[in-house]
Amino acid sequence: MAQLYFSDEHEWISVEGGIGTVGITNYAQEQLGDVVFVDLPEVGAPINKGDDVAVVESVKAASEVYSPVSGEIAEINEELADAPGLVNQNAEGDGWFYKITLSDVAELDDLMSREDYDAYVEGLE
Amino acid sequence: MRYLPLSADDRTQMLGAIGAASVEDLFRDVPPDVLKGAVFDLPDHQGELAVERAFTAFAAKNLSPARAPTFLGAGAYCHHIPAAVDALIQRGEFLTSYTPYQPEISQGTLQALFEFQTQVCLLTGREVSNASMYDAATACAEAALMATRVTRRKKVLISGGVHPHYADVIITQTGFTDIVCERLSPDPLGIEDLMGRIAPDLACVVVQTPGFFGRLSDFTALAAQCRGLGVLLVVAVSEPVSLGALKPPGEMGADIVVVDGSSLGMPLSFGGPGVGLFASREKYVRNMPGRLVGETVDVDGRRGWVLTLSTREQHIRREKATSNICTNSGLCALAFSIHVAMLGESGLVKLAQVNHKAAAALFRRLAAVKGAKPLSGSFFNEFAVMLDRPAAPVVEALAAKGVLAGVPVSRFYPQFPEMENLLLVAATETNSDADMDALVAALTEVLR
Amino acid sequence: MTEVHVSPSAPVGTVSGNRGLTVEEPLLFEQGSADGSGVDFPKPRDVPGCLDGFARTGRIGLPCLAEPQVVRHYTRLSQKNYSIDAGFYPLGSCTMKYNPRLNEKLARITGLGDLHPFQPTSTVQGALEAMHVLAAWLMELTGMAGVAMSPAAGAHGELCGVMAIRAAQEAKGNPRKIILVPESAHGTNPATAALCGYAAVAIPATAEGRVDIAALKEKLSDDVAGIMLTNPNTCGLFERDVREIAALVHAAGAFFYMDGANFNALIGRVKIADLGVDAMHINLHKTFSTPHGGGGPGAGPTVLSPALAPFAPLPFVRKGKDGFELVETRAQAGAEAHPFGRMKGFHGQFGVILRALGYAMSLGKDGLRQTSGDAVLNANYLLSSLKDVLSAPFEGPCMHEALFDDGFLKDTGVATLDIAKALIDEGYHPMTMYFPLVVHGALLMEPTESESKQTLDDFIATIRALAAKAKAGEEDFFHAAPRLTPRRRLDETLAARKPVLRWTPPAVE
Repeated sequence: MAQLYFSDEHEWISVEGGIGTVGITNYAQEQLGDVVFVDLPEVGAPINKGDDVAVVESVKAASEVYSPVSGEIAEINEELADAPGLVNQNAEGDGWFYKITLSDVAELDDLMSREDYDAYVEGLE
Repeated sequence: MRYLPLSADDRTQMLGAIGAASVEDLFRDVPPDVLKGAVFDLPDHQGELAVERAFTAFAAKNLSPARAPTFLGAGAYCHHIPAAVDALIQRGEFLTSYTPYQPEISQGTLQALFEFQTQVCLLTGREVSNASMYDAATACAEAALMATRVTRRKKVLISGGVHPHYADVIITQTGFTDIVCERLSPDPLGIEDLMGRIAPDLACVVVQTPGFFGRLSDFTALAAQCRGLGVLLVVAVSEPVSLGALKPPGEMGADIVVVDGSSLGMPLSFGGPGVGLFASREKYVRNMPGRLVGETVDVDGRRGWVLTLSTREQHIRREKATSNICTNSGLCALAFSIHVAMLGESGLVKLAQVNHKAAAALFRRLAAVKGAKPLSGSFFNEFAVMLDRPAAPVVEALAAKGVLAGVPVSRFYPQFPEMENLLLVAATETNSDADMDALVAALTEVLR
Repeated sequence: MTEVHVSPSAPVGTVSGNRGLTVEEPLLFEQGSADGSGVDFPKPRDVPGCLDGFARTGRIGLPCLAEPQVVRHYTRLSQKNYSIDAGFYPLGSCTMKYNPRLNEKLARITGLGDLHPFQPTSTVQGALEAMHVLAAWLMELTGMAGVAMSPAAGAHGELCGVMAIRAAQEAKGNPRKIILVPESAHGTNPATAALCGYAAVAIPATAEGRVDIAALKEKLSDDVAGIMLTNPNTCGLFERDVREIAALVHAAGAFFYMDGANFNALIGRVKIADLGVDAMHINLHKTFSTPHGGGGPGAGPTVLSPALAPFAPLPFVRKGKDGFELVETRAQAGAEAHPFGRMKGFHGQFGVILRALGYAMSLGKDGLRQTSGDAVLNANYLLSSLKDVLSAPFEGPCMHEALFDDGFLKDTGVATLDIAKALIDEGYHPMTMYFPLVVHGALLMEPTESESKQTLDDFIATIRALAAKAKAGEEDFFHAAPRLTPRRRLDETLAARKPVLRWTPPAVE
């Protein structure tokens, strides 16, 4: 599997062939508790890095998801509509949110590695 | 003071426990000159009897519809409320309970609201209803805002058949945003062209049936036109009793249906509090304003109800909420629901028939009065009458004779001189033949 | 059709699932029959109708029940509700006080409760007078110049206030862009600002739970239209610097909206005009004792300063030379008034206004002063009686509500929510939880003036015992609460993931 990059807003992205797959981190899903709904962007929507592209909801909270990179939405995870619990079960795998055609691969350089992110999360606690 | 249980002795003991010298001492964070300067030119406390007498004196200066033949409508209709409705809503467990945020001790309110939502869905022909809004006017404004969220468009078209208060509230509530409202002129003859105005930049069109002037409309073709251009159709209904006789707006293809529920369960109370019903399509549920009650199970697997999809609401979503509404019309929704439960299918259908036939009978009788010409067309329990002179003074003259004859349209549209002679007249199950005799006789005399 | 929904796993111990006075009750739609009614009508008049082409063709789908069935259904439902009539609601920020029955009687008097909103105003002079009298009470109690009587609830009153602010700013030539809102504010504040086209910008609190004046100064600019400040704030504290805040806000050309949710602490003692306030809503269903009704109706009359009063919405009552006038249109309003529009159908929550007036007249200025005194005394009594076992984040005295955080639950495995659910089994409605957001695991208690010392002492003893239990490590006890309610903890995740928002007929096989 391709390398994962992490943002300080608790999103992850993996890139293969110019297409990034984005989701929220396992730490983020633990903080949210049971995910009940994910509001996803429309396919084809142009996105700038840092845009609020999605909303992930638990029973008592709604959190914005900010795109870690710029580009165009290529695909969304349709399965989340019926099974939002996938985010809890496998946040950094089957619980992905959307795929995006990257417009600037260099933006990945601003993101954290797994190691850096783990240290960042530890610092939050 | 009869509502305050603490005794002087209690207060002394409690201050001792707190370690404060006096109650005033507890207000020490308030600037002392503010406390000292506050002088109130108001009377001291009074017993129940004195207060009741003051209210009886207020009432004596009013003409009660219970004591006068009454044909008033224009969005508020006189109906009989079964005695059981008021008895039930005055049970302390309903009357004095809080919003059901603690579901384990609020199953009564939650189940009743779930039943209310189901009734509203059945009556309107749409799949999702919220647990109530303040009234139909504010619900119309919420519908327009919701349509702009769903479509991401910024234009709202309001038909001239919509109640002017609903239109005013939509315009006020969107007035401080980037939403643009176009409001068509009042349309007593039902001749406005809506089909030609449906455009791909519209978020929604707001229409009403029966319309403000009493006219019935079938918006099926309009709905198709809207659907083709991605425009939402909002249908308002100001007389819920009509839903016992008329095709439901959902069946016509309305995307959002708004109903003034106050005809059922609630006394008129000079127009408030009432209740706004709000129903929509399932796919728009997350864009709906207001509270929603949903079914679930408890830890023992037993069926129960909770407030759900709360992430749309202000207490969680704050500035990104679908609405700022919090307290709404829970008890009025309950009263509506109990009244509908009392009526049931056959009762509501009968009530609608009795209303319609009362208005049909009155229409014929007024057509025979010289100087009065009821406008032709289909109506439910209200229609417009063109008089041969301004309607407002006629209504005053009839009130002086003890008849509450109807509502002059000029009260809402003073800027339209062509509306000056128009009178709205409604008839319901509360109107006897003697009431109609009194109206016809008094009107004949005034128009002589 | 009368299947009782009891799971075999339900530990009810009875055949029926009923437990003494708590009776299982199916939905309306699961009982009743296809005809019959609880209401009788005369035959419709024998005249031709005119519904051709518009008539309903299918059934509605409503069940038919006779009156006794309906009465029993709702009586059984009512028995599954907690209420202020039956017990204590220490619900911070919500002012759940006793609802006098006199007010219910007053609102139902023939000639008041049955008035039509569009009778000629000559026939409703007493109704207009009653509205005018309550308006005068509210203006005198607050020292303010005007009052908008039509808002239907607190949030609606906030909307009224911010719309008046926007209208006043627009009249000065620039609506501006920002409304400042303290972090501890109710969610309705930022939601309201957004509805008026403003960005809500948060102001942090100081370590002692009040507005950070330095931060406020930094945020004030030509872009700020106003501030929305709850006072006493949601931490239960009076904003000592309120007049300085008002002066700063005014110097920046902005307006001061005070959220009146906590007015019960000040009534009869403080004229908010003296604090520099430009607008404040008054929750009649809190401070003026009108019943909460399981979520409304309420009313939120909004008092206004001289700068904002001309922008008050339609309609309003005015005393003319020939009696009271109801001003419903701009044409009627005249040149000196600039109403920003209309917020509600008809004339506002008249029935709620009557109840509130009954309350004001019953208590009078001496009783209202005693009300705020007792409310503040009761809250401080809770604070001082509990602060050794719970954890109080801020120094007292508090105003009419006492705030605690979940520090006392550290490492117990018990959360604020668990304490609340255990309280339910003890016969109390829980306090407000997890609000305000500025302290961790908040428990906000507002006893109101309606509670006796005995009630408070019993409640204090219960809380102390529960706190001791939590600290003693009885985690499981708390997680399993409540046990004694008609339903136990409900699965809110299931409700939100697969929303079932109405009854539908069971599928026919």
